[in-house]
Amino acid sequence: MYKHIGVPVDLAHRDELDKALDTACTLASTFGARMTLLAVAGPAPGGAAHSPRELAGKLDALASRLAGRSGQVVATRVEVVGDPVADLDRALNRQFHELGVDLVVMASHMPGIRDYVFHSNAGFLASHTDLSVFVVRD
Amino acid sequence: MQQSTSDNEVLLDEYTSDYEIGQDNVQALGLDFHNPVFAISSVAVILFVVFTLSFPETAESWFGTLRPWLTTKFDWFFMIAANALLLFCIVLVVSPVGSVRIGGPDAKPLYGYASWVSMLFAAGIGIGIMFYAVLEPMNHLLTPPLGLDGLAPTAQRELAMAATIFHWAIHPWAMYAVVGLALAFFSYNKGLPLIVRSAMYPVLGERVWGWPGHIIDVLAVFATLFGLATSLGYGAEQIAGGLNYLFGFPEGAGMTVSIVAVITVMAIVSVVRGLDGGIKRLSEANMVMAAGLGLFVLLAGPTLATLGAVFDNTVAYFRHMPALSNWIGREDSDFYHGWTTFYWSWWIAFSPFVGMFIARISSGRTVREFLIVSILAPSSIFIAWMTIFGYAAMDQYLVDGYRGVVDTVEAFQPELSTFAFLAEYPLPMLTSVVGIILVVVFFVTSMDSGALVVDTMTAGGKIDAPMAQRVFWCCFLGLIGIALLQGGGLSSLQALSLATGFPFALVVLLMAVSLYKGLAAERELLQAEENPDV
Repeated sequence: MYKHIGVPVDLAHRDELDKALDTACTLASTFGARMTLLAVAGPAPGGAAHSPRELAGKLDALASRLAGRSGQVVATRVEVVGDPVADLDRALNRQFHELGVDLVVMASHMPGIRDYVFHSNAGFLASHTDLSVFVVRD
Repeated sequence: MQQSTSDNEVLLDEYTSDYEIGQDNVQALGLDFHNPVFAISSVAVILFVVFTLSFPETAESWFGTLRPWLTTKFDWFFMIAANALLLFCIVLVVSPVGSVRIGGPDAKPLYGYASWVSMLFAAGIGIGIMFYAVLEPMNHLLTPPLGLDGLAPTAQRELAMAATIFHWAIHPWAMYAVVGLALAFFSYNKGLPLIVRSAMYPVLGERVWGWPGHIIDVLAVFATLFGLATSLGYGAEQIAGGLNYLFGFPEGAGMTVSIVAVITVMAIVSVVRGLDGGIKRLSEANMVMAAGLGLFVLLAGPTLATLGAVFDNTVAYFRHMPALSNWIGREDSDFYHGWTTFYWSWWIAFSPFVGMFIARISSGRTVREFLIVSILAPSSIFIAWMTIFGYAAMDQYLVDGYRGVVDTVEAFQPELSTFAFLAEYPLPMLTSVVGIILVVVFFVTSMDSGALVVDTMTAGGKIDAPMAQRVFWCCFLGLIGIALLQGGGLSSLQALSLATGFPFALVVLLMAVSLYKGLAAERELLQAEENPDV
């Protein structure tokens, strides 16, 4: 049913990703789909890495582990944007289309008061993309 | 199976640190801020505003005398610092370290030249073109600098333009370029957080993550917030003055507070849309609008003479630069202290803000390209704009005998100079409305970039802190502006903000030392990588 699963990954919040990554691996195994881990970052150092290249290295290491777990091919991509907070949603949508992803599995926090003002990234993607989106609550 | 779209790399040397970005941050209520910079900055700003509102006369006498005291007593220091920073930039451009690329050898620029230059201009001192392009040349024509009274009319005009260009081109951009380059280099190439203290790492070492660094960052936040909030307050008064002059709108607290509120709301929309969707688009639109207005004035005024004057004024600027940059034996105190050292302290006080924003948008450029473009592009725009407006304004006075602009100079009403000038040309209502829109949009982009920068400064260098924080700082800026408009104290706190120019001048000079050491080491590392056997 699905051939290519995209998973947005924010390594600065690695501890909140486990459930979404497990879900993605299970779906990838079930459908024999490959996966791509996508990280959107700014050019400046962040909580996850000191540079985009270091981030790419960490993402590759995670991809290797997930490939072992799911038995499927797991690729990575780091997209550098000027303003990762504001550009994240549009960058995810653009990159997943470029990659030819047909299902996005995405972690998201429990909705709270803040979400009435600032939409969650998963909420935005689910509302604005023509891709299938599987939102996983942590 | 990596398909990375970026190859930015941090080369390890003594200028890299184990410090983790955000390691001193506190995460609460969905926010992510640095401890203690966020708390100290916010509380200090609130306390200073409350103090100024409660004791306006004391604040005026304390802070109001601080800036003129510094710029008069330490005039030599500001002049030497500004000259040294310009020379430093020239040295970097011609030296081998100029080939170092910000963000690593394979980094790609995030923005094209047009967007990059538009943003450089709009976030910084671009708004000056609307307030001083007419007033300042005319002022220097009426009271010539350097004690050069009694020159021939042409020479007198060229001197007035040269003195104006001296304050707005090259020197200020060299100051911002040094700060921007130092922040960009130590962040993108060395992996240090994108905050002012990081550029002091080679000088202060690991102590930079402790109190010396906290103080530098708090001062940077302080200078940025007060500088922007008070500029916003004055800007609102100036826009209100313009609306009154043009349309007879009532002046007063209600009008100015409404203007600040409207600008703040527009800035919040721009903030939420981000760098690309907000500042970038507005900056580009403003550049197009400014170019249109400039072209109109060029065509409506003495076109050929003005075009010739662009060249003549540039030559005059370079001819007078040694005398204008000199700090020994100056006898033109009104010009020297009232304009030059005042501007220098202003530019340097704004350097953490403008420098940080420039750093934010400049990865992927080589040091040489960064310096040449970030200094010469905005300077060229200033020279062209100041000449088109200033030359034509002087022409109105000297040839036509029109005193509209002169009256605003004698009353020192920068907000009305441009309108008085445009009144002599066709379609004055239309061009004046375009002028007001330009001013409003410049304020919106300044507030947006200010909120972006202060947010990064108070989030320990994280550029991906929650959007709510950026919105908070934008509202905070607007509220300080409104409080000061209502309660008085704009001049006191602006003076206090400008007074930070003195400590920052020291910081920026040390940054230059840090930067050179860092760049030289980076180039050696790159050469060693390219030639591992040597």
